[in-house]
Amino acid sequence: MTDNRTVSTPAVLCRDLKKRYGDVVAVDGLSLDVLRGECFGLLGPNGAGKTTTIEILEGLLTPDSGDVEVLGLRWPRDERALRQRLGIQLQEAQFIDKLTVEETLRVFRSFYHRGKTIDELLSLVELESKRSSWVVKLSGGQRQRLSVACALVGDPDLLFLDEPSTGLDPQSRRQLWGVLQRFRSSGGTILLTTHYMDEAEVLCDRVAIVDHGKIIALDTPKALVSALGAPQVVVHEGTLEDVFMSLTGRHLRDE
Amino acid sequence: MTSDGARGGAHHPLIELSLARLREFVREPEALFWSFVFPIVMSVAMAIAFPSRGSQPVRVGVPPGAASDMLRHTLASNSGIVVREVPADQELRQLREGDVHVIVRPGHPPTYRFDPDREESHIARLVVDDVLKRAGGRDDPWKAHEDAVAIPGSRYVDWLIPGIVALGIMSNSMWSIGFMTVQMRLRKLLKRLAASPMKKREFLLAQLLARLLFLGPEVAVPLVFGVLAFSMPVRGSVLAIVAVALSGAVAFGSIGLLIGSRVRTIEAVSGLMNLSMVPMWVLSGVFFSSSNFPAVIQPLIRALPLTALVNAMRGVVLEGATLGGIRFELATLAAWAFVSFSIGLRIFKWR
Repeated sequence: MTDNRTVSTPAVLCRDLKKRYGDVVAVDGLSLDVLRGECFGLLGPNGAGKTTTIEILEGLLTPDSGDVEVLGLRWPRDERALRQRLGIQLQEAQFIDKLTVEETLRVFRSFYHRGKTIDELLSLVELESKRSSWVVKLSGGQRQRLSVACALVGDPDLLFLDEPSTGLDPQSRRQLWGVLQRFRSSGGTILLTTHYMDEAEVLCDRVAIVDHGKIIALDTPKALVSALGAPQVVVHEGTLEDVFMSLTGRHLRDE
Repeated sequence: MTSDGARGGAHHPLIELSLARLREFVREPEALFWSFVFPIVMSVAMAIAFPSRGSQPVRVGVPPGAASDMLRHTLASNSGIVVREVPADQELRQLREGDVHVIVRPGHPPTYRFDPDREESHIARLVVDDVLKRAGGRDDPWKAHEDAVAIPGSRYVDWLIPGIVALGIMSNSMWSIGFMTVQMRLRKLLKRLAASPMKKREFLLAQLLARLLFLGPEVAVPLVFGVLAFSMPVRGSVLAIVAVALSGAVAFGSIGLLIGSRVRTIEAVSGLMNLSMVPMWVLSGVFFSSSNFPAVIQPLIRALPLTALVNAMRGVVLEGATLGGIRFELATLAAWAFVSFSIGLRIFKWR
């Protein structure tokens, strides 16, 4: 892994991103920087434009306008070099049912010039005991960890995660967070989307709250909560949910 | 912590992707059935439905009643004729169904009722005419010596089996690749792969490679069955058969890829598959000779990939043709493969 601190450019730099589907504006002039080594969260309700934004940054979608730089490189010019250095986990992507965990990891591992061994990956995501199980037999949490393991096979500098813990039970979520925190502590950068407050508060150094394709607030989770002001804090500890409510008048998980 | 080079114990992507496809296939029992059992069932059914013609007796209908007694007696004395009574209102129906080949009405001279466009009716009329005239006192100027031989390789079943092998190569190659592609697109697995550094060309090639590994048994099983059960001759070299099978599988695999390149639903891909395969089932001479079709569309029929594969397979198996002898067919298959793969790769939708 390249030493992040010696590189001056941000991991992700994006300026005035726009993308529309017919009449629907999915991303409406969004700008953000993700620093090397930080965990950055895009927080927002379904349909806010989180997935469109992250897929543009992943080089899977082309924006209508705007400027994107990832690890100092550009889509689609540097695609070959970039793909080797990114780890990507997609929402709802399914692997082949009747392949084992190990076979699935081997397929993905074969695409990368560098990276971890299968054994290292299995222990990293705590799936050693499921090594020879078919994917179709895994629980939701185990599948999600397999999905993250597939994103980590190439020892990426930057990890993209789209709603990594949606649909998981509390214990599975905690296990997943453990995997991501280990990746952080080895120097990796993470950009994730989520609509869970607690996830953002636990994992993220900075959070951007997205609504209607725009960033309506951007700061550390703590600063966002304290900016809310005193009254509520007396009753209960302020959360990002409160921040979102006061900014938009909606719950984060509303449509 | 990290291990550089050597893909961390994994093989070349082409091998890993092919292996994944193979494993998925052998873990799916229905797929195995369609590949191996189906061609045998088909060959047996066809052999039963279309036995060799020589031993078929001629079926003759006569009107019921005493007036036909004499006629019935004369005809039935010939071992090659089966006589049955057919009421007047049943005559047309039984002729149409092939229950009888000709109706003979008594009289001087008798009346033959038959459809001269039907080959078996035409033959039946000649046989009946010969028997009745001889019974009526005709004297033959001479009787020829008959030298009967049975030639393996010229029976219907010999002709049919290489055609069924070709048909199997087409169906299996197109379905497995076209169907798999759409399923992986639906599951967003294609999108996930496109997000990795995987080379897209290698992914598509691996699907073809995995297909080729199944080709051996798929081709060998019906051919060996034909040899053992029907003493079908295999006159060409194994090498030539392998070359023909490979060309066919690559051509139809590529066509399957092209068909599945943009489709998003299983229904749509099934429709497109049938739309492209059914005309070839009919036109390409698998079950009956395509020379029955008008001369105008013969060039079109010859350009079809299934026609090329059927003709190449029959040429090698039944006539012992060398690769040089079937170069037109091989070139046709190569052209289909190249054009379909190039277009398929270009227009392929990964999400």
